[in-house]
Amino acid sequence: MPEEGTVTSVITDEMKAAIGKKGKPVTHLIEKGAVRRFAQAIGDPNPLWNDEAKARKTRYGGMVVPPTFFCSLAGDPAAMRINLPYTRRLNGGDEWEYFQPVHVGDRITVVSELADLYERKGSLGNMLFVITKQTYTNQFGEKVAIHKNTLITY
Amino acid sequence: MAKQVYYEDVEVGMELPMLTKNPTTQQLVMYAGASGDFYQIHYDKDFAQGNGLPGVILHGLLKAGFVGQLVTDWIGEGGTIKKLGVSYRGMDQPGVPLYVKGVVTNKYIKNGEGYVEADVWTENQQGQKTTPGTTTVILPRKKR
Repeated sequence: MPEEGTVTSVITDEMKAAIGKKGKPVTHLIEKGAVRRFAQAIGDPNPLWNDEAKARKTRYGGMVVPPTFFCSLAGDPAAMRINLPYTRRLNGGDEWEYFQPVHVGDRITVVSELADLYERKGSLGNMLFVITKQTYTNQFGEKVAIHKNTLITY
Repeated sequence: MAKQVYYEDVEVGMELPMLTKNPTTQQLVMYAGASGDFYQIHYDKDFAQGNGLPGVILHGLLKAGFVGQLVTDWIGEGGTIKKLGVSYRGMDQPGVPLYVKGVVTNKYIKNGEGYVEADVWTENQQGQKTTPGTTTVILPRKKR
């Protein structure tokens, strides 16, 4: 058993090698009904994501997706399937960066990757942070958004 | 919709108009369906309690969605959201109001555009910030 105070890393070479590996691209058609259902589930009545006729009169020219809609566009998780030492998990947080609006009718391709792994000692003991990243591009090849999730395993 | 807010209208320290949510278990089911997150802790009480939880809890991403709405309601059609980030620090359950709030922390012109940063969060009835986060937006500038 390691002595108290010594740090034994749980990050194996195999895990390190998985960082940056990308999953297969997955393409989703952005559907009006899906966008409306998502907006209604949040309870957000903004016409931009609910009302095509009103959205058409805005600078967007039609319905667009609300900021967290990307979580409904699944990527290929294969890239993130590494053997994790801890079985308990907590979702630490999500962040998004936006580059272009996403319109209903767009075809958005998601590529997932394991972005980073790091350890911290804290209130839960030794914690392994698993950062995954999704990059979203539209049918014109433009990057529309990126998303990062922090999974805390312990 | 509210009147468009402009870059010139905001000051550091200003509060964003508060949003009050009253999540229900029905809403958690709707969100599960709309997002594809069918983890049972969000709608199956026996499962949730079997996992040591007091009852079903809100999806973290649903709270992120609430925070997203706070921001998009504030910036209006003329504003553009550039970044949004949240951390999940506390659990929230349906059946009690959840307050969504924000405060402007910074403003600056970059590439001729009016950037504004704010702290944004969900807050429970005990005043705890269960989902603290930040956002960066671009607000339109008034015609000069």
